[in-house]
Amino acid sequence: MSIVTVQLGQCGNQVGQELFDVISNDTHDAQRYKPSALGKAYHVCSQERFLHESITGELSARAVLIDMEPKVITQTMATAAKSGRWKYGDQSFFCQKQGSGNNWANGFCVHGPRHEEAVGELVRREVERCDRLAGILTLMSVAGGTGSGVGTYITQCLRDAYPHSFLLNQLTWPYGTGEVIVQNYNSVLTLSHLYQCSDAILVHENDTVHRICAQLMNIKHISFSDVNKVIAHQLGSVLQPAHTAHTHSQYSRNPMGELMAGLVCHPEYRLLSVCSVPQMPSSSLAYSTFTWPGLLKPLRQMLITSTKMEEGIDWQVRAPPVGQGAAQKLSGFNTSLANLLILRGKDVSSANACGFLDPALYCPWLPAGGAFSTWRSQLPFNRYEKSATLVSNSQSLLRPLDHMVGKAWNMFASRAYVHQYTKFGITEEDFLDSFTCLEQVISSYKHL
Amino acid sequence: MTQSIVVQVGQCGNQVGCRFWDLALREHAHVNKKGIYDEALSSFFRNVDTRRNDGEGSDIAGGKIRCLKARAVLIDMEEGVVNEILQGPLRDVFDSTQLITDVSGSGNNWAVGHKMYGSAYREQIVERLRKAAEHCDCLQCFFLIHSMGGGTGSGLGSCVLNLLEEEFPDVCRFVTAVYPSAEDDVITSPYNSVLAMQELTEHADCVLPVENQSLVDIVNKIKHMAHTGKPGSVIKKDSTVISGQGGVSKSEKPFDAMNNIVANLLLNLTSSARFEGSLNMDLNEITMNLVPFPRLHYLVSSLTPLYTLADVSIPTRRLDQMFTDAFSKDHQLIRADPKNSLYLACALMVRGNVQVSDLRRNIERLKPSLPFISWNQEGWKTGLCSVPPVGHSHSLLALANNTCVKPTFIDLKDRFMRLYKKKAHLHHYLHVEGMEQGCFTEALSSLSSLIEEYSQLDATKNLLVPDAPRMNIAT
Repeated sequence: MSIVTVQLGQCGNQVGQELFDVISNDTHDAQRYKPSALGKAYHVCSQERFLHESITGELSARAVLIDMEPKVITQTMATAAKSGRWKYGDQSFFCQKQGSGNNWANGFCVHGPRHEEAVGELVRREVERCDRLAGILTLMSVAGGTGSGVGTYITQCLRDAYPHSFLLNQLTWPYGTGEVIVQNYNSVLTLSHLYQCSDAILVHENDTVHRICAQLMNIKHISFSDVNKVIAHQLGSVLQPAHTAHTHSQYSRNPMGELMAGLVCHPEYRLLSVCSVPQMPSSSLAYSTFTWPGLLKPLRQMLITSTKMEEGIDWQVRAPPVGQGAAQKLSGFNTSLANLLILRGKDVSSANACGFLDPALYCPWLPAGGAFSTWRSQLPFNRYEKSATLVSNSQSLLRPLDHMVGKAWNMFASRAYVHQYTKFGITEEDFLDSFTCLEQVISSYKHL
Repeated sequence: MTQSIVVQVGQCGNQVGCRFWDLALREHAHVNKKGIYDEALSSFFRNVDTRRNDGEGSDIAGGKIRCLKARAVLIDMEEGVVNEILQGPLRDVFDSTQLITDVSGSGNNWAVGHKMYGSAYREQIVERLRKAAEHCDCLQCFFLIHSMGGGTGSGLGSCVLNLLEEEFPDVCRFVTAVYPSAEDDVITSPYNSVLAMQELTEHADCVLPVENQSLVDIVNKIKHMAHTGKPGSVIKKDSTVISGQGGVSKSEKPFDAMNNIVANLLLNLTSSARFEGSLNMDLNEITMNLVPFPRLHYLVSSLTPLYTLADVSIPTRRLDQMFTDAFSKDHQLIRADPKNSLYLACALMVRGNVQVSDLRRNIERLKPSLPFISWNQEGWKTGLCSVPPVGHSHSLLALANNTCVKPTFIDLKDRFMRLYKKKAHLHHYLHVEGMEQGCFTEALSSLSSLIEEYSQLDATKNLLVPDAPRMNIAT
């Protein structure tokens, strides 16, 4: 089954390029894996999922690049071509001359509708190239204008055009400060609209990823490319082939569907967060050995304390005894709705994940056992001998979301910047609707 | 890629504009070694085949540079400055279809510029603007450059601003306005400035005020530094913001040093839209992020570093110093103290070898000392452009929407009132057809209410504003 990726805006395009880079390198390495039958199967499955081969044998990403200005797309396509392993389709991009200027309304009300047809056509062509479509993955930021505004509009269109396909939105949340001043408005408008049409929203926070780069990857001068590489690593480890509970001998044929089925069991809860262990500079990899218990123990603690990084984990927090109501829950404890653990590497079958099965980790109203699933693959991912990635539908995004809405609401109270949006046809009522929607989401997660 | 058109009006506007074109050519020549007409060049220049004999040549897309023509319209109501440009080294980037001149000047009278020449030249100006716009395939921005004190710049300049709004409502209007110093030799400059201010407040998307005195101070500072002659503090000649070295103009005219500062302001402002970078900042993002209320669109700017030392071993401290300086009083292009006023929003446009972590570190470092309005405590917008200005390894343009512009406006209003109370020189204005005393009172009340709006925001400074009450969700 194949996944079609739609990259939107500067952030989405840059993340996408890194994602395909990770995947193509990982897939390439898999060919050297012994026993080679396993490596071959992995290679074939991954390739079918993300790339298609032209008659001349060139590999092109199953991706569509969309931006309202040409600079990033030109650069992204050139970088991809330079890799020598894969490229973007010569015709699979769409760009205009003038960006959306950080204005969600400009992207959503003007650029989106204007280019709906052209973009739809590009996606359709890419979809038709797939023997079977596993789903559509969109990559975008929520802060800017093109990614967030056009991205939201295009997601709505994709929902209409592919009502039965899985739609996963990967969103990059901006730094708390310093990227775009109206980012909280743009984020509120994006999230509230996506909540109505996307199947699941997978979030990466720039602040968290930046800390990972600084503290775990030991990068001194962190560039956006470093940040995007970490995001791509995490995404790749979720999306690369793995054995799931239902497919013991084969790689999962329906990765998106199984992801949704495992994690998004209630339409009110669609926010997913990701964390991976271990993450370290590639130069240290050769000198490090890992054991599965040594990876999974901190990962479990990261989950229940909502820490996204293997450093600074609070080991004091413990799961409360089962049977206590939400009111008695300890502060700092992160309740989950559902979790998906993806294990990749040596001796993966020996890894014991039962720490995640503890019913105390989950909200009480779901049947036990349905809330946790594990995917496994024997192949090392991205040169990590062993690695574990946890995708979690839990309260961990509650705090940043609450901050975001709070700041946007403060700004809205003095009606600052609102004229920039009404200019393009977004009314104050639209803002209020979006606020209401997200307050509802916040409240739901709060009371898990 | 989008294009922008520069409209330069009056003596000051044309002199600044002239410096801009020289430095823009210098910058592109520095980046574009192969002489190919690229996207970056196309934002301010056309590539024209002059052998075609239809008057103005035809545009060539891509390929070798043939003959570059500035996307500019030059307007002056006297001939001196424009003629000088046409005889100078920059003559080839303009042609006669881009010029509008008269002979008699506006006599430092806003009314003559705005009302008289405004109506007389209306058609001609619109025609020139349309022609310039037709050469663009995606016109994003007009940069209007004029002074506030004189007659042509302030009068006709603000009239052009209205025409731009009428004819091109969707194209962004940036105004670079040069404000007169307190000891300006034009006696009617307070009248002209206040009358022009009303137009800027109502019709511009964004105004970058620049004060003559601040430019003089910066020039003196650099010259002083250059003449100390201490070893280890030798300044790279082409790197100062006042230098035109490396450009086509060989001789330096009196105001060139000052005008180069303004030219550099415009270059850095547009760099991220022209060149690539890891965090692009397009021109329309500037107003989107920095203008929370439509009338409060006056942005205080500062350029750092003012120069680069010839010593190449630059410690990172210099990089942090660049950020610190951008917020100091003596680097602002108007006389204002942003640190001790209230920020509504702030943008950092960085060029050159600077990473996002450098940006973040400096924002974190500087934030505690800078007062921001309660609802925009995180009011930072950043851009990273990978191409540094000529002579530098990195540079920073800080744009602040800050209540520190208020003293300049109050000062202007006071000087206006001193004349207006005695009705001094008023008859010169009221002579002009279409000019009434109502224009003065209207302009005055527009300025007063602008000052009042800034004061109201200022009053919230240091107040502990509680979070706005949120919506409650019944569970």
